[in-house]
Amino acid sequence: MKIEEAKKFHKIDTVVIGAGLAGLGAALEIAKGGGEVAVLTKVYPTRSHSGSAQGGIAASLANVAEDSEEMHMFDTIKGSDYLGDQDVIELFVAEAKKTVYWFEHMGVPFSRTEDGRINQRAFGGHSSPRACFSADITGHVLLHTLYEQCLKHNVHFFNEFQVFSLLIEDDISRGVVAWDIRNGGLHIFHSKALLLATGGYGRAFKITSNAFANTGDSLSLILENGLPLEDMEFVQFHPTGLYKHGILLSEAARGEGAYLTNDKGERFMEKYAPQKMELAPRDVISRAEQTEINEGRGIAGKAYVHLDMRHLGKEKIMERLPQVWELAFNYLEVDGTKAPIPIQPAAHYSMGGIPANIKTEVIKDAAGTVVTGLYAAGEAACLSLHGANRLGTNSVQGAATFGRISGTNILEFIKTVNYPKMVANPLERAQRKIDSFMTNKGKEKHALIREELQENMTGHVGVFRNETDMLKLKKIIKDLLERFKEVSIDDKGSAFNLDLLEAFEVGSLLNFSEVIVEGALARKESRGAHYRTDFPKRDDKKWLKHTLAWKTDKGVKLDFSRNVTIYMDRYPPLERKY
Amino acid sequence: MDEQTNVKVKILRYNPEKDKKPFWQPYEVKIEPDATILDILNEIRWKLDGTLAFRRSCRSAICGSCAMKVNGRNILACETPMHRFKGRGLKIEPLPGFRIIKDLVVDLDSFFEKMNRVRPYLLLDKPIPDKEFIQSPEEFEEIREVCICILCGACTSSCPSVWSNEEYLGPAALLKAYRFIFDSRDDAADERIDIVNDKNGIWRCHTIFNCMEACPKHIKITEYLSRLKVKAVENSI
Ligand SMILES: Cc1cc2nc3c(=O)[nH]c(=O)nc-3n(C[C@H](O)[C@H](O)[C@H](O)COP(=O)(O)OP(=O)(O)OC[C@H]3O[C@@H](n4cnc5c(N)ncnc54)[C@H](O)[C@@H]3O)c2cc1C
Ligand code: FES
Repeated sequence: MKIEEAKKFHKIDTVVIGAGLAGLGAALEIAKGGGEVAVLTKVYPTRSHSGSAQGGIAASLANVAEDSEEMHMFDTIKGSDYLGDQDVIELFVAEAKKTVYWFEHMGVPFSRTEDGRINQRAFGGHSSPRACFSADITGHVLLHTLYEQCLKHNVHFFNEFQVFSLLIEDDISRGVVAWDIRNGGLHIFHSKALLLATGGYGRAFKITSNAFANTGDSLSLILENGLPLEDMEFVQFHPTGLYKHGILLSEAARGEGAYLTNDKGERFMEKYAPQKMELAPRDVISRAEQTEINEGRGIAGKAYVHLDMRHLGKEKIMERLPQVWELAFNYLEVDGTKAPIPIQPAAHYSMGGIPANIKTEVIKDAAGTVVTGLYAAGEAACLSLHGANRLGTNSVQGAATFGRISGTNILEFIKTVNYPKMVANPLERAQRKIDSFMTNKGKEKHALIREELQENMTGHVGVFRNETDMLKLKKIIKDLLERFKEVSIDDKGSAFNLDLLEAFEVGSLLNFSEVIVEGALARKESRGAHYRTDFPKRDDKKWLKHTLAWKTDKGVKLDFSRNVTIYMDRYPPLERKY
Repeated sequence: MDEQTNVKVKILRYNPEKDKKPFWQPYEVKIEPDATILDILNEIRWKLDGTLAFRRSCRSAICGSCAMKVNGRNILACETPMHRFKGRGLKIEPLPGFRIIKDLVVDLDSFFEKMNRVRPYLLLDKPIPDKEFIQSPEEFEEIREVCICILCGACTSSCPSVWSNEEYLGPAALLKAYRFIFDSRDDAADERIDIVNDKNGIWRCHTIFNCMEACPKHIKITEYLSRLKVKAVENSI
């Protein structure tokens, strides 16, 4: 196939995939610096999942209590169960403060202290009130503000474009191929620099707080190009997902004093974290809930427990937790002022992702060899800022800060290089995928394959993991991958062909899910969000290492030789106790 | 598994590549009684008819993708349980007032373009401080509620003044103007008031309240637009 056969061919210095906080943060910095940049996004920018973040954005401004970069750094390292890279965390805590002021100067409406400064509140795992917030819509206002600034600075947007393939050859990124969702047809984008900022990928699980768009497309494309993913086994489960829906009820509910209770009406956290009770870290609470459920103390024996806020009183609930109340009321018809709310653990945040160094350059091996012109930031990337477990409010900050840093680095890069040569048949791979779905006579339906995957991921590589379950799951995914080859779709048209887009996304989910399982199987220890019932202890001697995983013809190849950056004199690994 | 019920659904379908004009297609769906409109649409897509198109992402009423008209009302499909329409069959159609791209997907370009006309970003004359700008809690409260707007288009699509005049900025864009005009940090209120103080601006709002009823975030839009009118009058005397 020739380039001319594409609907359109675009030559743009920088192409950013994703319009969440990471993608827009980078695009804005590039545009402000006079660089040429286009953003491709499969949902309209303000519909990106960053807008769902409720709780806040972390920075040690010390506006309401004593705080410092050192404290923020230590909390993040401890939260990461020592798997976070300390050079990255050090840069992060310093830049986090700048990022918040950067947002504020652009007009983000933050909630204020009495004397008019940015207000901050407490959040799990942070030793000081450090979450800057805007009522309970923090991500929403950050996202909208960034988008508006991008418009002001003439960032070019390709809205409703879904990336179908990456053009990487000889470890040099050359661009991407994307499908025009509204009109149909493939477009080729030839670029010097490419930033992957496609966000989280919790959709591999049945119960998840993630949006429909969070399918990890770029992770799958990375694997397809023979490049590795990092630390994929670390998936954070949030303790308060709305029963059956997984929709997130903010941690703020527990912050304000809500209880967690089981079928007997007991505040079961007394057994698991008698000191911190409902304010213990997320992984600890999720495991406690799952234990209650597994041992038959879920409500009426079902797979949920209760979040009880009744004792807080109607006034406080409506004033401080209006969104929590509204979600429970709208989705489950439960009035949180009068009845406890059914909740269960939900896959929430993915710590692993596309391996990138502190400059957000994508790397291809344990030695840190860079893929020229390829960058990754936000939840899709693994730098590794969050290690084995991320703290609440550190992730929107991580996305925005490293998006911004990525933009600055890309701006330098595009000035110094020429366009790489385009690959010989840029459309081939993307076209092959489309043809297969469109012309396949097979009977398989992508939705059913996805449902089976999600059901089994939640069941077998969820809050608790063990070898027997995961071996089963490994086989299930192998079968699903085979069946996926026989998927055909109903819609053969061009305009807004959701059938085609979803089929492609199920392929993404299957691809990286296999890597999650292999990593979790191999890592014979428990660390942060990764909990093995058959290996319940952390094992620093063997496993204080990052996981790199490639897909090969012979299956998933793992490498545990990438070291964690640790400042032994300042933050040596300690037991993570709360 | 909760018991499932049968629901009769009619959806306004349109495929530009095949259909001359939109038509109603009936479906019958078996689903749990606490299902939302979005759950029903997904069930149709995944089990019955993969050609159905609609927008959705967050499914928690914050991204603004899924505004559509159900039984005559503009709603967010993801947050609306079907039992709101008790006993009746469901009639689902795209947001009115916009060109249909396919099925329930409409072209919102004009909607977003109008947003841009009010210069939707902080404009500053004053120097930037080292830390944050000081803004009192009361000043923040002025703009808190309007900032909740998720740009779903439900309001603008429900406004008769928009239907009769394509050039009218419409409630969402005017709300956006309000958000910056009443932000204590902004220095370009006058410029924005000039933009909205126009025959296709604030004065086309006839206080019909449709927008407020349609807003899934319950923003008191008409009230804010009235305050804009007062501000515009103050500015011109
Ligand atoms: C319900 C919820 C609440 C949260 N609350 C908080 C909080 O209070 N504090 C906090 O710190 N963190 C929170 N998080 C986590 C945080 O919101 C995310 O980690 C962060 O916003 C991710 O930002 P991002 O820019 O990486 O990705 P996103 O905002 O998810 O953006 C991804 C972008 O990639 C695009 N994209 C994806 N695939 C493709 C493709 N194939 N082609 C084209 N475009 C594509 C999408 O269109 C989208 O624009 C929360 C997460 C959830 C789910
Ligand atoms: S899917 Fe986001 S508002 Fe409904």
